[in-house]
Amino acid sequence: MSTVIIEPVGFRMLPALNELNRAFWTGGANGQLLIQRCAACRRWVHPPTSACPTCEGPVRPEPVSGRGSVYTFTVNAHQFHPEVDPPNLIAIVQLDEQDDLRIMTNIVGCDPGAVRCGLPVQVLFERHDEVFYPLFAPDGGEA
Amino acid sequence: MIDTVEKGAIISGIGISRIGRRTGIPDLELTVESGRAAISDAGLTPGDIDGLTTMGDTPPGRAARALGIEPTYRGGGFSTGGLLSPVMSAFIAVAEGRARHVLIYRTVKMVGGEYVPSSGDGRGQDDSEDAHGDDASGPDDDGDAFADLKHVMGDMETLLAAQAFSAVNWLGLHCQRHMHLYGTTKQQLGWLAINSRRNASLNPLAVYREPMTMDGYLGARPISTPFGLFDCDVPVDGSIAIVVSASSYASDCPNTPIRVEAIGGSRGTGGWLYRPDYPKMASTDAAAEMWSRTDLKPADLDVAELYDGFTFLTFAWLEALGICGDGEAGPFVEGATRIALDGDLPLNTYGGQLSAGRMHGYWVLHEACLQLRGEAGERQVRRQPEVAVVSNGGGPIAGCILLTR
Repeated sequence: MSTVIIEPVGFRMLPALNELNRAFWTGGANGQLLIQRCAACRRWVHPPTSACPTCEGPVRPEPVSGRGSVYTFTVNAHQFHPEVDPPNLIAIVQLDEQDDLRIMTNIVGCDPGAVRCGLPVQVLFERHDEVFYPLFAPDGGEA
Repeated sequence: MIDTVEKGAIISGIGISRIGRRTGIPDLELTVESGRAAISDAGLTPGDIDGLTTMGDTPPGRAARALGIEPTYRGGGFSTGGLLSPVMSAFIAVAEGRARHVLIYRTVKMVGGEYVPSSGDGRGQDDSEDAHGDDASGPDDDGDAFADLKHVMGDMETLLAAQAFSAVNWLGLHCQRHMHLYGTTKQQLGWLAINSRRNASLNPLAVYREPMTMDGYLGARPISTPFGLFDCDVPVDGSIAIVVSASSYASDCPNTPIRVEAIGGSRGTGGWLYRPDYPKMASTDAAAEMWSRTDLKPADLDVAELYDGFTFLTFAWLEALGICGDGEAGPFVEGATRIALDGDLPLNTYGGQLSAGRMHGYWVLHEACLQLRGEAGERQVRRQPEVAVVSNGGGPIAGCILLTR
């Protein structure tokens, strides 16, 4: 299945890239969601850090399936930014690979009233210059 | 008895300025109002005050000149108490003899409170309805606390990138997870807001005093689910000041001296997003630290003044402090009887930041002192409280204080 890449629809404040986080924010260019993984204990690690918080082993980015579920969410209804029109759906997604692997994101392609904790979702990317911002949409099987 | 350094401090005086929305009163004037009231309440003169510290807008140098204070102690000593760090630092300073009488003030103005300003008043919204994420404003003057804030704001780039611009979003996420795990309901959040409004009706300084119904609460404009407007605190202008003195001053204190039993604070791990026990927050760790420093137990509490920048923060504090079990805050406040002025544990007796006004963690402290002194007027808890808990913060930064009379 090829990864969906979309163009930005509103303002997005992009993160500053550095050695640690570059893979996570740019992997979408190749259709991959790249998450650090410990070479020693094989645990996944996010947010990016310089060593495994569990065993201090070396970490390096590896692709994940891009599948997960909504861990929690909020439907923002207030216009905090002039170029971000509400309602916007803010969520934390738990990736299927590990039960404490969570990613802050937006949910798209979903009626705000239909989102719930546990909803299966699939990654897609929003293209910027260098950054491919990982978004999530309801998994095809479920939506 | 557990002997900790903070037991060497008392709160000898308290003062509060006029409180209002868009008062137009300069912050220095509000600061002088609360500062003079607190000094006089402590039975002191400006010349007696040898320490000055703040978590407020008014720079301490200006406040010192205006009040006629020449401080030698200017803050520092306990950096993990969040908004109450200056107060906790003063406890330590007087207990260690580095100062005798410290004035601490918190002055707030309605302007500000969001990371990304909305485009102003050109959109036809009544900006009296602005939702403010109160944890978003930073302290200006306390060096320790500022370092603290930078430390805990490591998630900021991630939050902003996800268009989560306000604390209302960050805490909405926590609250939604709590609802999912425990079945907490929107109505239960509403009971807290209704209880606060009922208490505010008895507080002449509170900004919103007309009764709130459940229908009114549920019908409020949505801000960020599950929060509507009445889950968010009310920005105000005002100033609160506290005099912290060495405990040896207690016998000379003209009013009931308030004793400091224990303090706790935390810069929690995991930031806003990644705590392993999410949706718990730093309040869990702050409360654990506080209870570790006293023989008193949650069952000893007579009154609770718990931070309510958003309704859910108070739920989190009720659970963090062990007043109820994990996930039980909703049933605890349901019906607003247990938490009423005549209930088992009167809660946010002045009306909270939700209805009285957002004095950023300082009105809870002022109110706890008033209740312990038995001077809260119409809203005084009838059976004289002996033990009170005060808390502030949420997310990755939190502090709490246990007070007795």
